[in-house]
Amino acid sequence: MNRPRLMTGARLSFDSVRDEHVLLIPEGAVKLNPTAADVLGLCDGTRSLEQICTELSARYKGADVTDDVNGLLDALAQRGLVNDAATS
Amino acid sequence: MQPLPRPSSLVAELTYQCPLHCPYCSNPLDIGAATYQSQLSTDDWARTFHQAHALGVLQLALTGGEPLLRKDIVELCAAAREASLYSSLITAGTLFTAERAEALKQAGLDHVQISIQSPEPAENDRIAGNRSFDKKLAAAALAKEFDFPLTLNCVLHRQNLDRIEQMLELTLELGAQRLELANTQYTGWAVPNQDALMPTWEQVQRGEAAVQRFRERVGPAVQVLWVLPDYYEELPKPCMGGWGQTTIVVAPNGDALPCQAASTIPGLEFGNVREQSLEWIWAESDAFTRFRGTDWMQEPCASCPIGHQEHDWGGCRCQAMRLTGDPAATDPVCQFSNHHDRVVSARDPAHQSDEFIYRHLKRPVHS
Repeated sequence: MNRPRLMTGARLSFDSVRDEHVLLIPEGAVKLNPTAADVLGLCDGTRSLEQICTELSARYKGADVTDDVNGLLDALAQRGLVNDAATS
Repeated sequence: MQPLPRPSSLVAELTYQCPLHCPYCSNPLDIGAATYQSQLSTDDWARTFHQAHALGVLQLALTGGEPLLRKDIVELCAAAREASLYSSLITAGTLFTAERAEALKQAGLDHVQISIQSPEPAENDRIAGNRSFDKKLAAAALAKEFDFPLTLNCVLHRQNLDRIEQMLELTLELGAQRLELANTQYTGWAVPNQDALMPTWEQVQRGEAAVQRFRERVGPAVQVLWVLPDYYEELPKPCMGGWGQTTIVVAPNGDALPCQAASTIPGLEFGNVREQSLEWIWAESDAFTRFRGTDWMQEPCASCPIGHQEHDWGGCRCQAMRLTGDPAATDPVCQFSNHHDRVVSARDPAHQSDEFIYRHLKRPVHS
């Protein structure tokens, strides 16, 4: 994955009634933990995977987030929720 | 007492008017009745959207009939976005013009779902009772042009199930990212048409295999939803995710129902969004509380031998009503129901005809 972005029509939102982050998609919603919401907030199809990890690492006091970010994005890509802006 | 669940989905039936006449339409048989003549105003709907959001609803389906027949559809989409709902336009596609598409995009419509009755043009037009195939393809192209996520849906039955491979290819050709292949549910207009719609088991199996092959070939780029027909199952589906568990349906006249077919259950009292708040309707109205949870269940549900009470919630109340005369009975799709033979015998292809009774707003139809 070079430049990850959300699938067409996916929208990040905060569900204030249930007090959780969600990814709204056609006729569905995926619950997100705050970290996943942070990652997806950066997946705009212009930032590279490397840039995303660098920005997040800075936010999380220099922690190495690469494996976690890769794991999350792979899992979401398997479900078609994230794809690569560089390949289309 | 189980805690009160929170709804996640609002189905807004904006109007029962429709240019199509599909013989399996989920709308009630009496759509032409006086009770549906007075439709909600723009403000009524906008207020309902806000109340739905406050209750926890995330997803809004703008449907009908044909939602594009509402002259205020663009305003309604704007109201949905203002209420922070994710909105889907569920349309036949015939009225989806470039001007409309652009205005809807600007108003914040999130997603477009277009029905296809069959991937074969002449067959599509015969099933829809309207020459609509070419317009549907044009609508799908427009949805892509305006960067809407696009879902196609095709209701499956005996007269189109053998075209499933063609339908899957059409989905790829049109660039849709989702395809809903829903086998007909026998509610609404599908009831008087059951003999013309019931598929054979061989058709269903071939269809399922075709979907499986497609999923393996295409991967996650296209999501295919495949819903097995109830009549070929041995355990019921959790109809609507359970009665009063996830979904609120609001009819064109403001009546609020736990499912599209709930008006077929005699004696249910529906709240109306003109007179009551959605919060009261969800928590207190007779229609939503009657079959919510598990306390209402009779045997064999009451002591379910496989512990599925909160898994399938007793199945479909409307189907129980239709097949047993008792809306609190176990859904006869269930193998443990005393009336399961009524489902099994309906699979028998001996008494089948291909003639449709088309959906219309005028003459009453008795099932």
